[in-house]
Amino acid sequence: MEFEISGDELVKKVEELSGQNIFSCYQCGICTGSCPFAAEMDLGPRRMIASLIEGRAEVLQSNTPWICASCFQCVVRCPNDIDIAAVSEALRQMTQRKGIDHIDLSHIPAEERKRIPQIAFVGNFRRMTR
Amino acid sequence: MKLPFYPGCSLKAQGKNFETSGVAAARALGVELIEIERWNCCGTVYSLTGDDLMRQVAPVRNLIRVQEIGGKRMVTLCAMCYNTEKRAGLRVRRDKEDLEKMNAFMDEEEDYRGEVDVVHLLEILRDEIGFERIRDRVEKPLRGLRVSPYYGCMLLRPREAEIDDGDRPRVMEDLLRALGAEVIDHPYKSHCCGSYHTVDDPQLVAGRAQAILSSITEHGGEMVALSCPLCKYNLDDRQELVAQIYPDFSKIPVVYFTQLMALAFGLEDAMGFDNHYVDPRPLLEEKGFLQKIQV
Repeated sequence: MEFEISGDELVKKVEELSGQNIFSCYQCGICTGSCPFAAEMDLGPRRMIASLIEGRAEVLQSNTPWICASCFQCVVRCPNDIDIAAVSEALRQMTQRKGIDHIDLSHIPAEERKRIPQIAFVGNFRRMTR
Repeated sequence: MKLPFYPGCSLKAQGKNFETSGVAAARALGVELIEIERWNCCGTVYSLTGDDLMRQVAPVRNLIRVQEIGGKRMVTLCAMCYNTEKRAGLRVRRDKEDLEKMNAFMDEEEDYRGEVDVVHLLEILRDEIGFERIRDRVEKPLRGLRVSPYYGCMLLRPREAEIDDGDRPRVMEDLLRALGAEVIDHPYKSHCCGSYHTVDDPQLVAGRAQAILSSITEHGGEMVALSCPLCKYNLDDRQELVAQIYPDFSKIPVVYFTQLMALAFGLEDAMGFDNHYVDPRPLLEEKGFLQKIQV
């Protein structure tokens, strides 16, 4: 979907939701180097932050915040103490608050529904759906 | 010593053997874990946005349950519950305005005062029981069992929630050594297992499980010990998928650290080794820690 938001508004909103100063990032890349899922992401954490600094609203279409599972590896290593997981959460919630779910649960096989622990479902719904 | 205990949802279902073994092992060391009354789901993941106070209500409500009975601490076993409860508690302790809003919203509850400390059983074992006493309690030392600890994320990150040095944790290593086991170190002990993506992207999780478990096997580990029902599912049950994707993968049993305590303490009814995808019993029988049961 199209997000009608200017670069300035986007950054302001992300900073407000996450409580982080995006512009304190100096692009060292230790976040992406630490991320266990960087290979699966289109941007990865460093370029996700770079996109925000540049005010590119396409970052809202990126798979990066959705793949981030908040493991906090990048967060504890960031030399500028940016909570990158909170930035991902802010980007996810900007989509969710438009009433959009990121996943469709109807295709989960019945056998998996029985075996997967509740914490996986609750965690998934909280991070991936509105 | 009696301590209020928050089990969380998964310890009442798929992770039942974690609860049973944890409560029994603690009791064997003189710690009574008393389940708090009327507890609710903690929400599993700590909400990371500043304006999303609604999602802090559930974990804080559980802290009120502890406050009501005069408790100073809440003990957890599940790493996800630990992290969510810990961070929610710290947030309202730090931010009095948030606490006031939440107290006003939870009108039917007594006001939360922000004083309950959330701790993990591993901290109690290290700081209050001590590994010396644990060693003394061991009836059946796990000699020759090569165990790799797996912490995952939620016991060690972010810094405000770490139960040990986040970069060089040793609490689980020290515990396993006290039980007589041989600890096998490996570089993946605090890497993410893929967490809740097991619901929407099992392949992603299988990739993580393969990397973590293969590294453990390569380093000489023959069993994995952990503290989270979701890590357990991803590293144990997901081995079925891992084996389909990676034909050379060799399966490895994954257990809760409390099950190894129950085993070493001789608590036969509390071990719960019958609830695993990769059955740990053949290895434990082979090593002489379990009697082979003829069926």
